[in-house]
Amino acid sequence: MIDGRAAEQRTRHGARATARRPLGGLVGRAVGIGLATGAYGLSFGALAITAGLSLPKAAAMSALVFTGATQLSVVGALAAGGAVAPAVASGLVIAGRHVAYGIAVAPLLPAALRVRLAGAHLVIDESTAMARAQPDAPSGRLAFWVTGASVFVCWNAATIAGALIGRAIADPAALGLDAVFPAAFVALLAPQLTTRAAREAALAGAAIAAAFVPFSPAGVPILAAAAAALAVGWRRA
Amino acid sequence: MSWPAILVLAAGVYAMKALGPLVIRRRELPERGRSLIALVAVPMLAGLVVVQTATDGSRFVADARLPAVAVAALAVWRRAPFALTVVLAGATSAVLHIVFTR
Repeated sequence: MIDGRAAEQRTRHGARATARRPLGGLVGRAVGIGLATGAYGLSFGALAITAGLSLPKAAAMSALVFTGATQLSVVGALAAGGAVAPAVASGLVIAGRHVAYGIAVAPLLPAALRVRLAGAHLVIDESTAMARAQPDAPSGRLAFWVTGASVFVCWNAATIAGALIGRAIADPAALGLDAVFPAAFVALLAPQLTTRAAREAALAGAAIAAAFVPFSPAGVPILAAAAAALAVGWRRA
Repeated sequence: MSWPAILVLAAGVYAMKALGPLVIRRRELPERGRSLIALVAVPMLAGLVVVQTATDGSRFVADARLPAVAVAALAVWRRAPFALTVVLAGATSAVLHIVFTR
């Protein structure tokens, strides 16, 4: 939800604690991760309302889309006056990493189709990182379900609470909300800049987006920035 | 944002999450594909920061958002939690709006 690498770092501590106290440590860690994403869900709920979404729509987004960076980018693009189609397209490209997560956790899911369908919805940054941090398949399986369920409950409850707070704020413009979306994106981006390839991709993406701004409709510069990942990722692999 | 747009977004994200568990099952993705997928959000987030900090959507603009996002960057660097970072940026922008519009 926040980002894969930070989640993995957080869960590495969890894995160590788990080795000492198998079940209790793992469940406690998963609940902790859920509560931590709650603070982020609170922000999303409030920001969705200020971007013009109704409470049911904000809640439905968290329940059905269930991936933080994508939800925040779509709502942020709309708040900045962008059109819906490019905002949704950018959100989908940002969610592209879930393909890799799904492949990584697929061997941990049971064969029953109904269970796999449900498990797929819980494939997010935190559940994948927690599952992969475990020493064996049974604890990896448990970590995936418990973390996924914990984040799902906290994320959705926090979204509704945040939306209620957002509705209570009378004049959003007076509260400096023009700055909160770019600030949120800085907070999402920074923990991912741990490798040279990531820093290069970020600089290239910023440059491409800036170059497209004067010539293209809102949303298009962000889609164009994704090409930087192609260039950097292809060369590095 | 309309209901159909929310459903399209949800269906698209779910399809990507379900590709591994339902279709690919036990095969590994090639290294090049994995590094590409891992990187894709990074330049887009960087692009979002630039566009939403320094433009009005079609032109470059310098206003209260610039110092506010600088405060956010400082907060992230000092390892402030997500919600505090967002609140600090909002407060910076709000104070600047109040000071310069009166």
